Amino acid sequence: MSHLKMPDVNQDSIRARKNIVADLQSICPGEAVISHENEMRAFESDGLTAYRQMPLVVVLPQTTQQVSQVLKYCYDNDIRVVPRGAGTSLSGGALPLEDGVLLGMGKFNQILDIDYDNRCVTVEPGVTNLGITHAVEGQGFYYAPDPSSQIACSIGGNIAENSGGVHSLKYGLTTNNVLGFEVVLITGEVIEIGGKHMDSEGYDLMGILTGSEGLLGVVTKVTVRILRKPETARALLIGFPSSEDAGQCVADVISGGIIAAGMEMMDRPAIHAAEDFVHAGYPLDVEALLIVELDGPEVEVDHLIKEVSKTAKANNAVSVQASTSEEERMNFWAGRKAAFPAVGRISPDYYCMDGTIPRHQLPTVLSRMAKMSAKYGLRVANVFHAGDGNMHPLILYDANVEGELEKTEEFGAEILKLCVEVGGVLTGEHGVGVEKRDLMPAMFSEIDLEHQQRLKCAFDAKGLLNPGKVFPQLYNCAEMGKMHISGGKLPFPDIPRF
Amino acid sequence: MNNQENNQIFKPTSETQVCEMVKWVLANNESIDVFGTHTRRNVGKPMDTTCGLDMSGLKGVQLYEPEELVLSAGAGSSLAEIEKLLKDNNQQFEFEPPNFSHLLGNTSSGTLGGMVACGFAGPRRVKAGSVRDHVLGVRTVSGRGELFKSGGRVVKNVTGYDLPKILTSSWGTLGAMTQITFKVLPKPETENTLILLGLDSTSANRAMTMALGSVVDVSGAALLPDGRTALRLEGIKPSVKSRVETLKKILVEFGDIDVLQKTQSSKLWADVRDVKALSSNGENAIWRICVPPAAGAKYLELIEQQLDVTAVMDWGGGLIWLEIHDQKTACAAQIRSAVAKIGGHATLFRAPEQSRAGSAVFQPQPNALAALTGRVKTVFDPKNILNPGRMYEEVS
Ligand SMILES: Cc1cc2nc3c(=O)[nH]c(=O)nc-3n(C[C@H](O)[C@H](O)[C@H](O)COP(=O)(O)OP(=O)(O)OC[C@H]3O[C@@H](n4cnc5c(N)ncnc54)[C@H](O)[C@@H]3O)c2cc1C
Repeated sequence: MSHLKMPDVNQDSIRARKNIVADLQSICPGEAVISHENEMRAFESDGLTAYRQMPLVVVLPQTTQQVSQVLKYCYDNDIRVVPRGAGTSLSGGALPLEDGVLLGMGKFNQILDIDYDNRCVTVEPGVTNLGITHAVEGQGFYYAPDPSSQIACSIGGNIAENSGGVHSLKYGLTTNNVLGFEVVLITGEVIEIGGKHMDSEGYDLMGILTGSEGLLGVVTKVTVRILRKPETARALLIGFPSSEDAGQCVADVISGGIIAAGMEMMDRPAIHAAEDFVHAGYPLDVEALLIVELDGPEVEVDHLIKEVSKTAKANNAVSVQASTSEEERMNFWAGRKAAFPAVGRISPDYYCMDGTIPRHQLPTVLSRMAKMSAKYGLRVANVFHAGDGNMHPLILYDANVEGELEKTEEFGAEILKLCVEVGGVLTGEHGVGVEKRDLMPAMFSEIDLEHQQRLKCAFDAKGLLNPGKVFPQLYNCAEMGKMHISGGKLPFPDIPRF
Repeated sequence: MNNQENNQIFKPTSETQVCEMVKWVLANNESIDVFGTHTRRNVGKPMDTTCGLDMSGLKGVQLYEPEELVLSAGAGSSLAEIEKLLKDNNQQFEFEPPNFSHLLGNTSSGTLGGMVACGFAGPRRVKAGSVRDHVLGVRTVSGRGELFKSGGRVVKNVTGYDLPKILTSSWGTLGAMTQITFKVLPKPETENTLILLGLDSTSANRAMTMALGSVVDVSGAALLPDGRTALRLEGIKPSVKSRVETLKKILVEFGDIDVLQKTQSSKLWADVRDVKALSSNGENAIWRICVPPAAGAKYLELIEQQLDVTAVMDWGGGLIWLEIHDQKTACAAQIRSAVAKIGGHATLFRAPEQSRAGSAVFQPQPNALAALTGRVKTVFDPKNILNPGRMYEEVS
């Protein structure tokens, strides 16, 4: 593992481990506490496998009351807590702490209520993303945000990371699809926000909890909205001689007033890796491949397929294929959906980045990334949520080569700084976690960060929930809350006054 | 209206000036009424502030890239001007911001800052989400007198906490927003509205539920006091045409159906959005109530047993605007006890000052939530100088 600095270990927790284990066992009886090294091994890392750490102990509560008691116990005893869903985070959000209780939400796996009239479903947070769709698809409904990890990842994790998927362009991210939460604060207090109604009044705590990476509270119940499955969906597979042409095509489609259900781009290395892996029939003699999906009533989809094909041809597309069956549509997607494992086949390891950029910056970013690739001597394959500017450059490396992981991380950091430089952000959907934590100052000033950290203080003044994630430095809430007031007279006498 | 008029009003034209102004207020133990054009001055709890901060000087478009679906503008920019600019580019704020001039007796549609601070969405809420879902980034001066930025200009962004969400609908109690970045979207090519006549609220609610749960992608579903149930379909022409036919079939049990074409349809929805069906008589209290959409009629039934009201049901039943007739008070107890039975919340949207001073304007919160709300307020505005008491008496 490279240079990552985690908060100084609280030796009191380490010393008290035996008692902590026993106390947790009395809160969560049965098999719910895991303290054996061998059994804890399964929890030592999440999807960002370059980082590993054994937790102090793992606890798997089953009820909100147990979560509340565990958290209150930890609060009273100053013990750190790391919440965990399915452990697929790509930013190390669920990375354990040596002195922290790992709070696994896996047993919260019940679907509590399906309400077709109000078009919503209430579930426990350990239910998988796809599990929600499976529960309602018989009636023609689905849950829209569709991360590629949807078979495995939990809705609780989706909330913590504000996850998205290829359909987020039209249907939004997790945050746009949640209606209500039950959340437990580190003090053990249980709070309900929102419900089955559409606007939740007061400060938008649901909005702030979504994407908060387990730092503000533990979500124990979720109400999400479900949508009726569109009547038809068809996809276009379009090959371009350059990524500029592909990028321009995306811009033209959107400025033509068409919001596609999904618009995904792949570059040459990604196309080749995917084609070799799944044989989807992708053209191999192109520099960029665009998959555009259109959904809705049949007449609309047929009309839009024609429009987008026209736009593609006007932007020098060399091949345009429209799916004519559901099977063909799935086939177009197969390569894109398997892009990560496909790249995994051509390199011992790969490192997935997640910056977002204003779309028109794509050619600039790609060409500068190519230069960096040459500089570091590391290959890159690109998959790209082209509609919303979210890039996933995959850096290919070999962890067994001395120093290559460090070099890869440096390369990754340089890409993300470039994203910020051109007006974008460090992470579009994977979260900051431990991974991009130290890059936060590239995007935010100290004052910006302090306003975020103080919000954390409102939820968790002792800083016990998931410390060491998201923010580069630990901070003292009392210290940060102080305000130095100066200037008794108005220093700007020229402000117009009435 | 404030109990007392503000002693002095500042009209900054730069972010630095806003910071200096807030710092001055901090040092002199004053308090601030943050406003754009004061169109919503009479919404919320009455305040007792000493200074006014007129944000309308921070105006103008900083960035508009239609092909990137993004617009940034000063928070003091006029909503009407920005909407015109969007319209000229065939785009819109998809959440359909209402203009409450009719209810509140103003002439202006307000500023972007006011629109975001209050966070009200129009009929398209059922499909497109609310204001919060379209605010990508905000620059704000907090109650500490410090300028901070949050969010960005791209749609997909999970870098740090989503502070734009908490600033949206915080009623100016957490910070004075100086610049706001929005996601904007194409205007649909056309729209049609299906009108069902003479349904009682239960049948209307059921018709709306069926329509919203179907494949036709309804973008507006309302029941008006004149007995019309309206269902809007938007999109490209061939699509709208085909969906009109599909929806007619789905709703066949509800009797005759009229279809309004584009112009009439858009006029009808502007009226629903702006709640034109309720009266401009400021003495009558108006409530804005959010409930689970399929329970809209049930809520209304509970209320109509007790009070003489006029109601507009929007969002397929999920939003109920209620005007109360012939009562000396706002009837908060009746309104809120019915909400407690069904789930949701009720906001006293319009009422004479003494009514708003005397009862909770926003839905009262359970203890733990109220305490958290108070802590959130304090971290942004430690001395409680920004719109003090506008939302909740105890905290903000
Ligand atoms: C192959 C692969 C493909 C992926 N594709 C996508 C993609 O397309 N789009 C995308 O957005 N992401 C993607 N991801 C990332 C990841 O799947 C998501 O971030 C997912 O939401 C994490 O869910 P999880 O249940 O695994 O959470 P975990 O990894 O267990 O935890 C993630 C974070 O959530 C917190 N957390 C978990 N549960 C709770 C809870 N109940 N309350 C409070 N905090 C909680 C944790 O503390 C941690 O900070 C992918 C990952 C992999 C491995």
